[in-house]
Amino acid sequence: MRGPPLLRRGARAGLGLLLPLVLAVGWEIAVATGAASGRLLPPPSRIGATLWDLAASGDLRMHVEATLIRVGLGFLCGAAAGILAGALVATIPALRWLIDPSLQALRAVPSLAWVPLFILWFGILETPKVLLIAVGVFFPVYVAVSGAIASVDRKLVEVGRIFRLSRLALARRILLPAVLPATLVGLRTGLGLGFLFVVAAELMGASEGLGYLLVDGQQFSKPDQIMAAIIAFALAGKLADMALIALTLPLTRWQDTARESL
Amino acid sequence: MSVGQGRAKRAEPRPASRSGTHATLGQGTPVLLVDDLSKTYADGTRALDGIGLSVQQGEIVALIGGSGCGKTTLLRLIAGLDQASRGVVQVDGAAIREPHPRVGVVFQEPRLLPWLDVAGNVGFGLAGLTRAERRARVAHALERIGLSEHGGRWPRELSGGQQQRVAIARAFVAQPRVLLLDEPFSALDAFTRKGLHEQLLDLWAESKPTIVIVTHDVGEAVTLADRVVVMRPRPGRLDETVAIGLSRPRDPVAATYEEAVRRVLAALDRSLRPAAASRPPAPETRAAWW
Repeated sequence: MRGPPLLRRGARAGLGLLLPLVLAVGWEIAVATGAASGRLLPPPSRIGATLWDLAASGDLRMHVEATLIRVGLGFLCGAAAGILAGALVATIPALRWLIDPSLQALRAVPSLAWVPLFILWFGILETPKVLLIAVGVFFPVYVAVSGAIASVDRKLVEVGRIFRLSRLALARRILLPAVLPATLVGLRTGLGLGFLFVVAAELMGASEGLGYLLVDGQQFSKPDQIMAAIIAFALAGKLADMALIALTLPLTRWQDTARESL
Repeated sequence: MSVGQGRAKRAEPRPASRSGTHATLGQGTPVLLVDDLSKTYADGTRALDGIGLSVQQGEIVALIGGSGCGKTTLLRLIAGLDQASRGVVQVDGAAIREPHPRVGVVFQEPRLLPWLDVAGNVGFGLAGLTRAERRARVAHALERIGLSEHGGRWPRELSGGQQQRVAIARAFVAQPRVLLLDEPFSALDAFTRKGLHEQLLDLWAESKPTIVIVTHDVGEAVTLADRVVVMRPRPGRLDETVAIGLSRPRDPVAATYEEAVRRVLAALDRSLRPAAASRPPAPETRAAWW
């Protein structure tokens, strides 16, 4: 893996951190000197302390776990359904004409609009939460997979025909690797949306999870807890994204653009 | 087989079997036999009409002609990638209706699979071999095309000429009886092309497959082929056949080479000239003209 020299890369990353650091330190000083009250926006030190307390008591771990399990389950269901539906719709024209218009119409519905219906149908326990996340994950994956299969280079398929690959071998040796990059992009988008929707899902009633920390912080006027939950969300989302990339990087090593775009 | 046969047969009445339009060497059982092959597209466009061609074991035939005369269409029919409207293609007596294990193809573009490294691409079509056999064959082919060092590289890291060499190796490694090449060097510069001609002939000399190569480059046709078959357009037909009759390796500055080039150019010229004057204006009147 060739890249710019380490020093220059480090310098660039440092430059990116400069702005948030200056703002944080500035706010810290402003609150410490009494120039600002810090009641609605607590200084970094208090947010850090709250985060530390949550972590020390084991609460943070419980909340993060609850959220990750919901996102994980929803992501698995949504991604599996998206891949399956995308593959079927792209390869069977009759199915495409039959269900693609309906799916595109459903896609146009803002997914949060399902919340009241899901609550009516499934109550407020885990099912509607996971389902809502799955719905959010499904569409980007579906669109990516069906689009990728439809745009597989016919010329490469012909190479497979020349070597008389069976339908199964053609799918495994040509279609699958050809659609992999776009599918992974869809999965990443889906995972991002999964984190978006888990907040909505946990806002609709939960006794644990990072979203619960948000609601709780709002109801009991604890902005430091809200900030702590937001930071935990950011970290969890970023780590999940990095894990997905790390897991799939070996599959896209051949791609010129993979390293830059991922 | 003489140069004049093609021209002479144009004046002959059309034989009932329509097999008299063969461009053939005339002796032995052909490895590749094309008889009365026609292709009409759904919109009524006639791409090929009554093509007859027979090619002997180890012979190299170049199909030459301007764009739109059906060269690529003919090659795709022989490869079994498309279906003919009429007529047959046979390889060793077996009719070709779909891609056949004995027929290899090199396309105009390299068409390498970007997710496989060079060695993986070369060995892509090898089935039913042990791992060791596969590796040996791929290594041998890579060595023959001068890319031994590059087996682990990605296709995108290769130059256009190197990519096309990999594509040629991929076709040869499957040991085809008939190898079809569709303007494989047309996107390359003259120097690269010359090197590839030599490597192609090198590989060919090993197993002597029958080769049909489509080209629009007269020099390329004369360098590679035993026979150059001129095609004419709308609908695509075979016109004259020019036997090159030079030993290999061929010296492009030799007088005999120059002479062969002139003969092909003359045949090409004839195929273009009478098209407007003596060709029938519409298909309906063709029968009367024949």
